[in-house]
Amino acid sequence: MATPEYALQAGFDSASLATVERIAQRRLRQRHALIIALRVLVLVVVLGGWEMGGRYKWIDPFFFSMPSAIFAQIVDWFVNGTSQGPLLQQVWVTLEETGIGFLIGAVGGIVCGVVLGRNKLLSDVFSIYIQIANSIPRVVLGSVFVIALGLGMASKVALAVVMVFFVVFGNAFQGVREADRYMIANAQILGASKRQLTTSVVIPSALSWILASLHVSFGFALVGAVVGEFLGSKQGIGLLISTAQGAFNASGVFAAMIVLAVVALTADYLLTALEKRLLKWRPAAF
Amino acid sequence: MNQVVSQDAPVIEFRSVSCRFISPDGKATIALRDFSMAVAKGEFVAIVGPTGCGKSTTLSMITGLLKPTTGEVRVMGAPVDGIDPRIGFVFQADAVFPWRSVLDNVAAGPLYRGRSKSAAHDEANEWLRRVGLEKFGKHYPHQLSGGMRKRVALAQTFINKPEILLMDEPFSALDMQTRTLMQDELLQLWSANSGSVVFVTHDLEEAIALADRVFVLSARPATLKKVYEIDLPRPRITSEVRYEPRFIEISRDIWRDLREEVQIA
Repeated sequence: MATPEYALQAGFDSASLATVERIAQRRLRQRHALIIALRVLVLVVVLGGWEMGGRYKWIDPFFFSMPSAIFAQIVDWFVNGTSQGPLLQQVWVTLEETGIGFLIGAVGGIVCGVVLGRNKLLSDVFSIYIQIANSIPRVVLGSVFVIALGLGMASKVALAVVMVFFVVFGNAFQGVREADRYMIANAQILGASKRQLTTSVVIPSALSWILASLHVSFGFALVGAVVGEFLGSKQGIGLLISTAQGAFNASGVFAAMIVLAVVALTADYLLTALEKRLLKWRPAAF
Repeated sequence: MNQVVSQDAPVIEFRSVSCRFISPDGKATIALRDFSMAVAKGEFVAIVGPTGCGKSTTLSMITGLLKPTTGEVRVMGAPVDGIDPRIGFVFQADAVFPWRSVLDNVAAGPLYRGRSKSAAHDEANEWLRRVGLEKFGKHYPHQLSGGMRKRVALAQTFINKPEILLMDEPFSALDMQTRTLMQDELLQLWSANSGSVVFVTHDLEEAIALADRVFVLSARPATLKKVYEIDLPRPRITSEVRYEPRFIEISRDIWRDLREEVQIA
């Protein structure tokens, strides 16, 4: 204020600051628009290329299908239903298997992870077996479950549980082990009992690990359910895929894939919202 | 009953304590050797010594988180057995709970000790006012500066009205200006609370500015090298007391002792 000429020259008075801000914000908006436009462009090029490739017989649409045929297949399923019944019912069956398996696996994983993480002896004894169990391709167990539990829902739920459990367990275990020891000592000295210590320090500090694993493991639960259906079932999207495969219907396989992707993305969105709510104490930089 | 005991018996007493560590890979190190000291009721004691000599070990033994290998540690006239509820501890690291709001952090102690939520929150609000954070009750710790987080930690500890306050280099992570402010704040809280304080630090000036007596430890395995009475008058203002001739004199004396040990370590 004392030297207005100087301030004006350097552009530090409020009017010119506002101008600079306006320009900067306009640039930000332009960049945002550019990114969205480029994204749409990529989508158009990929889908358009695929469609053209199919129509001009550069690739064989019998094996690789075409976007338009896939779209037509989905519409057909919606309107006329699938060979196993209405599409939404198939989605619902798979979703139910996934959801139940996810819930059981996640709760079991969190409980076991916290208990083992809090007990040094148990964790030392079991950690090696957990590593082994984690490295086995667990999808193979699906065959065992179909033999043991039959073609109904139970075998798919079991496979989904196995897929989810180890991921959530591993993360919960790690999260508990990484709880800050100063924070634990602080809580103890402030008067926390052993149980209060677990509920008010250990679990909250493991929560970001656990939630991160829930993201990944919902996808695993879906894989478990679909593979289970694949291996033998009477309903569900997995069966839809295997039927389409049996009929050499590539469009059917792709269409089922897209239905699955929509389900997975919706679940991911819901889990992100949950995570934001539960971890609102974290700095925004994450 | 405690009153009777604490009139004559020291609040904290180390009787020729030695402490041996067994590290996770099975190696043994001696952290403390034949260490004796006594802290009177209401006294402010500082422990200085070279890095890694075992200063923090003494605090862990007062809380009972660590047991002496030989010798005895007594608190309020009785041998240490588990965490005494009359003890408060302020850590060097950030030990406030990041998932709790500032208010809930301060209220943690009373809540753990079975007070009702509303009573704990009332009390916590009172303490937030005392440390000048009454406007930040709903904030989360990551939204505060380092000095403000330390204030939360102080309020969190003082709300339990500890008769013994243990501090492990609590201000060493703060910048110089903030540290001086926090030292004055601590002296104010302490004079109102009238508990005993054991303050571990590597900062000699901090020790002299705050304490009634300064215990100098030798290099590892640490033992008591010398005790200095700090006869500077109270109330002290830490930013000013350090320019008094007597302060400089004491500081020079202690530094002469400490330098030898630092060179060994």
